[in-house]
Amino acid sequence: MASIDIANIQKSYGPHPVLHDVDLKIRDGEFVVLVGPSGCGKSTLLRMIAGLESVTAGEIRIAGRRVNELAPKDRDIAMVFQSYALYPHMSVARNMSYSLRLRKTPKERIATVVAGAAAKLGLDPLLERRPRALSGGQRQRVAMGRAIVRQPKAFLFDEPLSNLDARLREQMRAEIKKLHKDLGATSIYVTHDQIEAMTLADRIVAMNAGVVQQVGSPLDLYDRPANLFVAGFIGSPGMNFFEGTYHAGDRPLFETAGNIGIPLDSSAPLANNARATLGIRPEHIVLAGHGPETLLATVDLVEPTGFGIILHLSLGRSGFKAFTNDRSFLTVSGTIPVHFPAHSLHFFDGEGNRV
Amino acid sequence: MRAKSAFLTVAHRLAILAYIAFALFPLFWLLKVAVTPNDLLYSEGIRLWPSRASLEHFDFVLRHSAFPVFFRNSLIVSGSTAVVVTILASLSGYALSRFRFRGKYWLVTLMLLTQMFPLVMLVAPIFKILSPLGLTNSLTGLVIVYSAFNVPFATFLMQSFFDGIPKDLEEAAMIDGATQFVAFRQIILPLTLPGIAATLGFVFTAAWSELLFSLMLISGNEQATFPVGLLSFVSKFSVDFGQMMAAGVLALIPACLFFLLIQRYLVQGLTAGAVKG
Repeated sequence: MASIDIANIQKSYGPHPVLHDVDLKIRDGEFVVLVGPSGCGKSTLLRMIAGLESVTAGEIRIAGRRVNELAPKDRDIAMVFQSYALYPHMSVARNMSYSLRLRKTPKERIATVVAGAAAKLGLDPLLERRPRALSGGQRQRVAMGRAIVRQPKAFLFDEPLSNLDARLREQMRAEIKKLHKDLGATSIYVTHDQIEAMTLADRIVAMNAGVVQQVGSPLDLYDRPANLFVAGFIGSPGMNFFEGTYHAGDRPLFETAGNIGIPLDSSAPLANNARATLGIRPEHIVLAGHGPETLLATVDLVEPTGFGIILHLSLGRSGFKAFTNDRSFLTVSGTIPVHFPAHSLHFFDGEGNRV
Repeated sequence: MRAKSAFLTVAHRLAILAYIAFALFPLFWLLKVAVTPNDLLYSEGIRLWPSRASLEHFDFVLRHSAFPVFFRNSLIVSGSTAVVVTILASLSGYALSRFRFRGKYWLVTLMLLTQMFPLVMLVAPIFKILSPLGLTNSLTGLVIVYSAFNVPFATFLMQSFFDGIPKDLEEAAMIDGATQFVAFRQIILPLTLPGIAATLGFVFTAAWSELLFSLMLISGNEQATFPVGLLSFVSKFSVDFGQMMAAGVLALIPACLFFLLIQRYLVQGLTAGAVKG
């Protein structure tokens, strides 16, 4: 187990920069998730840590040792690939023991370790099979087994669950979390799925366009997103945004671009008449109330999900979503009262940063 | 619906049968002439099988002609060429598939360019080059020339096989502790066996049936390969078809054996199960 320090890492392909000044300290035993949309550079960063991509500038340290120029085999890390990358001409047991055989580990020790890993992952009856005779979930397990027999300094996961169906993904997600609890290994996990990020991570690193947007605990990112990108990326259904102008005063008001005034319970940390974006999560909108702070929203669409109901509403020209568990809303139509509680509001300035 | 699908199946089989018959008919004719005794060759007209078959031509070819020498020479030349070309093409195909290096584009263009010249144009210059080196009238010379001609195409062939193997596999091996070369040898190469078999087979048959250079660079029976040897059955006044065909049938044997040997690798999709799906 080891800590991983990433200092001012940059990566360019020719003249095209794909990672800008990434700075990250990963503690020993921590589970860090790199999350972001496709092409945000998260996989590139992971591959740089693994040694599969060169480092354009900056420094990567594993357990205090600079590894920039080190070949992947000398970094003592294990990686689980999105495609699993199992060796098709080797049995499950030989797939799992390949790294140990390369290191000339004694046969008895290999047998013990492989048996231990197989028991942990429920692979005992499959050890003599070839990968092609396995289901997707089983292949995924073999890939994990191949990583854990090594007891490496760190585990790297490159979207390991994205080829599985939804049910299996949920199950494997829990297994990965359990495995991390058991092994306590430093882990870096790349995904574009914010649910995976939220459920697995000790800390999430949200990335966009090669830039780290926010680093923090899952609830940090959910409760206090640093900017519009993180606010929109974390949470499902996503946060609602209203662009507009803030009017300070005795009765502070946020005027949307569509000239709808949203009354605020308390004043916001914004200058009078400042252009800003107001954000609120669908699950925080209160669908009731009367009085001056209540607005009337038009119901456009009702989406039952079983777990709850997503209401597509609009205020003037601005559409937004609300989420509720109250089944009486299944049959609403026309207009309903909505209220945006002050403690659930997020304000972002003209640059999109949280204020 | 059922009748229709049965009809389609029958039509499908018939079409395949027709194709096989069309493709194999020349081979059948070769065999037929080879077993037809000389006295029946011209007297029986066109028949699918002679009224009396004999192996006398085979007997003559094996015992009284220089055919065994031609056969041995061809085996040496084709086998060596196939091995040399496949080794070179595996390495260069891997490099083209996996590495980015300066001049790669020009290298590929140059290799393509070599495939554009008719071989006849090159006979004289190659003779001029090989002659002072003492490589004319030598099997080594033939192996060198055949290798040179086959390496570019075989390289492209091998490259496409390497392209078909996911890069993840060798990356996984390198993370598991292998160097790039060990990953190539232990992970990639075993998965490329079908490609290697195809390349071996392709180069072997190309060298086995090559006539032009063999004819130009080799004089005399001692170093002649079998296609040149076949011509020795053509004399000034007659063509000994029976013996020629018998020799032809015998020449088919190693090619058939060779493909029998490698067909296991040709049909096997070894990469199945490597990655998702």
